[in-house]
Amino acid sequence: MGMYQPEIETMERSELEKLQLERLQKQVKYVYENVKVYRERMDKKGVKPEDIKTLKDIAKLPFTTKQDLRDYYPFELFAAPKKDIVRIHASSGTTGRQIVAGYTRNDLDMWADCMARQIAAAGGDENSVVQVSYGYGLFTGGLGAHGGAERIGAMTVPTSSGNTERQIRLMIELGATHLCCTPSYAMYLGETINEMGVKDQLSLKAGIFGAEPWTEDMRHQIEESLGIKAYDVYGLTEITGPGVSYECHVQGGMHVCEDMFLPEIIDPDTEEVLPPGSFGELVFTTLTKEGMPMMRYRTRDLCVLDYEKCECGRTLVRMKKPAGRTDDMLIIRGVNVFPSQIEEVLLKMGGDITPNYQIIVGRENNTDTLEVQVEMSESMLSDDIKSVAAIEKKIVSKLRSTLGLGAVVKLVEPKTITRSEGKAKRVIDNRKLHD
Amino acid sequence: MQFIKQLSVFVENKSGRLSDILTTVGNADIDISALSIADTTDFGIVRMIVNNPEQAASVLRENGFVVKVTDVIALAVADIPGGLAKEVEKLKNAGISIEYMYAFIGKSDKGALVIVRVEDPEKAIEVLKGESVTLVSPEEVYRL
Ligand SMILES: [Zn+2]
Repeated sequence: MGMYQPEIETMERSELEKLQLERLQKQVKYVYENVKVYRERMDKKGVKPEDIKTLKDIAKLPFTTKQDLRDYYPFELFAAPKKDIVRIHASSGTTGRQIVAGYTRNDLDMWADCMARQIAAAGGDENSVVQVSYGYGLFTGGLGAHGGAERIGAMTVPTSSGNTERQIRLMIELGATHLCCTPSYAMYLGETINEMGVKDQLSLKAGIFGAEPWTEDMRHQIEESLGIKAYDVYGLTEITGPGVSYECHVQGGMHVCEDMFLPEIIDPDTEEVLPPGSFGELVFTTLTKEGMPMMRYRTRDLCVLDYEKCECGRTLVRMKKPAGRTDDMLIIRGVNVFPSQIEEVLLKMGGDITPNYQIIVGRENNTDTLEVQVEMSESMLSDDIKSVAAIEKKIVSKLRSTLGLGAVVKLVEPKTITRSEGKAKRVIDNRKLHD
Repeated sequence: MQFIKQLSVFVENKSGRLSDILTTVGNADIDISALSIADTTDFGIVRMIVNNPEQAASVLRENGFVVKVTDVIALAVADIPGGLAKEVEKLKNAGISIEYMYAFIGKSDKGALVIVRVEDPEKAIEVLKGESVTLVSPEEVYRL
């Protein structure tokens, strides 16, 4: 598979680190001079831009969090004057409070390079037809993928999301070779294409999917239903958008665009930097951003960085697919548990639909308790009580092997689980640990 | 002969749920002619035969219950000591294993009625045709 910028993507680590340090020093100085919030925080910690002498010195810098983006909304974290900002993106997140990011012309340029690297890694070039079915707008998905596709010189088809039948018709008629969208939309497209019986009319070779968590199972389903290879792309508005890291054909983690974004893994509780290969919270510092640079931004994504050289020839570090988010992580009897792990177990129980569920954590006699309530569905119900009881037992044993933890499973009637604003509340933690 | 449609409804073991089911069905003017409950400490399955299974299933679903419809057969049993034992024996001899069975609340003019859940109802009907077993049709059952 091709590379868009082999001189960077296969750069020796020592060379790369030299480039990173140079850029980091410049970025820290730029931020110190142009963003009051950062300057005050650094002054408070007694750090000056000149104190960044090695890459390790990054640990001296203060962290930035999503809350900062809300607190300093909309422009206080921008480093460039408004006349130099040419684009705004925004993301709302689950709490509904919006954050914005501003991009200079150069920021958009660098971002397009990131996405172009991804498209090249997925076999795309100027002969490709890239259909972008991410939403276009404040969301970074549509315009982000679009920028990369145009950058590489592909015929770019900006269908945006929705109107599935028209999407499929265009895909066939224009001969799309690459599809960019969310994994859940790819699943839906795959189902519809198979229902319409037009799979053999597709020219699709690969798809680039991101912006929401997805499992290896979903990857196989998408690859099967669309007859393509599915690539995982990672990004976040705070740092730039899709393309912060990108997958190669080895499908063994996403190569971080380290020349633009410096990753660290920290312990989310102590905030200490962890050695390479450790599991922890992913933190990014931008190295070239002008519009809204980020110093040690805590992504809340938990993952591992793999510095082993990849079979594809790229030297850029690979981040493993995030195993969860710090906001979601529960520590039960000393074991890290993510609701997503429980969801995956349940997904394999009642056919293709994940049953509605709720996780209730408590504490009895100084021991944490874990109860998983699962709403009964017709696919799980039988007239034979033994087979229903067997499902319950099977969930218990699957949870034990997946989580390494015993859980009580309770089958409940539908609509028992409280929903707020249409979204089910997944976790109830009744432990009062901080009282 | 067609099968008899049995409804199975999932209930949590908390007070009032059985009566909620009965009220829901009753409010829709549906008669229950047979009913049995299987339960564990946490939950139960209420199985019933009603005069309008489709409508009953849909009102129960509308009221948030999880309902499964299963095919079962109904047998008439002579209302004398040993009557049921004799019929069970016949099924056993015909190679049909019974998963569970329960009796009707009322009687038909053919005697007492029992609902029998077998693994393969289609095969059971085929096999029992040649035997001296009185299978009761859905029409008759729903009329009870
Ligand atoms: Zn690679």
